Amino acid sequence: MAEAASSSLVSRSSPLASTEAQLEALARVPISREFDDALTACGAGPLTASAPEVLQLNVGKLCNQTCRHCHVDAGPDRLEVMSRETMEACLAFLERSGILRVDITGGAPELNPDFRWLVERCRGLGRHVIDRCNLTILETGPGQDLPEFFARNGVEVVASLPHYRATSTDRQRGEGVFERSIAALKRLNGAGYGAGDPARRLVLVTNPVGAFLPGAQGSLEAEWKRELARRHAVRFDALFCITNMPISRYLEWLIASGNLESYMATLVAAFNPAAARGLMCRTTLSVGWDGRLYDCDFNQMLQLPVTPPALCHVRELNDPSALAGRRVATGRHCFGCTAGAGSSCGGATA
Amino acid sequence: MSEHYYDAHDLAKFPEIGKNCPELAAKFFDWYQAVFADGALSAREKSLIALAVAHAVQCPYCIDAYSKDCLGKGADLDQMTEAVHVAAAIRGGASLVHGVQMRGHATKIGM
Repeated sequence: MAEAASSSLVSRSSPLASTEAQLEALARVPISREFDDALTACGAGPLTASAPEVLQLNVGKLCNQTCRHCHVDAGPDRLEVMSRETMEACLAFLERSGILRVDITGGAPELNPDFRWLVERCRGLGRHVIDRCNLTILETGPGQDLPEFFARNGVEVVASLPHYRATSTDRQRGEGVFERSIAALKRLNGAGYGAGDPARRLVLVTNPVGAFLPGAQGSLEAEWKRELARRHAVRFDALFCITNMPISRYLEWLIASGNLESYMATLVAAFNPAAARGLMCRTTLSVGWDGRLYDCDFNQMLQLPVTPPALCHVRELNDPSALAGRRVATGRHCFGCTAGAGSSCGGATA
Repeated sequence: MSEHYYDAHDLAKFPEIGKNCPELAAKFFDWYQAVFADGALSAREKSLIALAVAHAVQCPYCIDAYSKDCLGKGADLDQMTEAVHVAAAIRGGASLVHGVQMRGHATKIGM
């Protein structure tokens, strides 16, 4: 198993910190067909989006962890966070658009100094709010009261945990992360999360710890519920299985471990037309920390903006219907969302 | 033909066994697929059993396939290593328990 440095690509001035270098590395891999061709062959192309149903806000790259597979290249050294001004532009768009779901992600979104203000404003507009949480942030000093804050505001918590045991979790996310994650889950349970209450919904997210596809979501969810209850008396509502995208630090690991070609071959061979029809980019609009617009969080990290370019910033988005029917920017990384049972921020899609 | 009895690339050629006797191969592969589906045992548990058996029968193709399959089904390296220990314990125990036969023979003819 190749070890990857546990720091951001940017902090190491890695060539892969450049999105062009990432796209070039993917372009060099011999694959049997391109993503758009695969879509066309199954009648699911060209890929277009409808009016957005989910507004995903990436409020910054700052994170207390430096996970080896992170597609954001987040970490404690990444200081880019969304400003209050940009959040206000997002809220104004949210009000105009009628989008009902706000999905807040990062980095560790809770480290944005205006995170709580943003959540309360979104809830004030009557929107459903999802927080993508790394769990350990709840064990830090300023995050101690977050479970109660989430519960008070009816925030859905979607929390990362690669495995219900420590070995794989710590291997991907850092030494001691599993133990702190379990402590955080117990506190979320204490605040009423994970007991089937729709206003206190707790979802766990697992990514494979290596170069393979995730297991069957339904089967794993039953096993995870049994094992987390038995081993740690922890409960949760649902498990999402998400495929690792071959970009950023995961791409670095694939290259370093000699797994890039075989992983891409696996993704391409596992192309599933049903997953192509359920792609999240069809109904999602992703906003970067600086207010720029993307079709998904992965395109955001590869700096592939929405088209047409006139709609590239949330401030300029006066008419939400202008986004309907737009052509989604695609690339080889998109095979990650259509492999096997499919993958999205909401788990399997097929 | 390969110069080696075992070639890692042969694993991907397994379906070629159906080029002759396709009816029998189809029956085998259908049954094989059904065996590993979620049932009273989960697909992950079956994959771990398969990994252990692969070590007991010492099939490098099966070890390759089920090492990957176990990870893909959500098992971790600790669980997989325990499964291999189960195979080793049964193999070791199977040898040792035959020592009872040895002791029977020796006792019968010994003084």
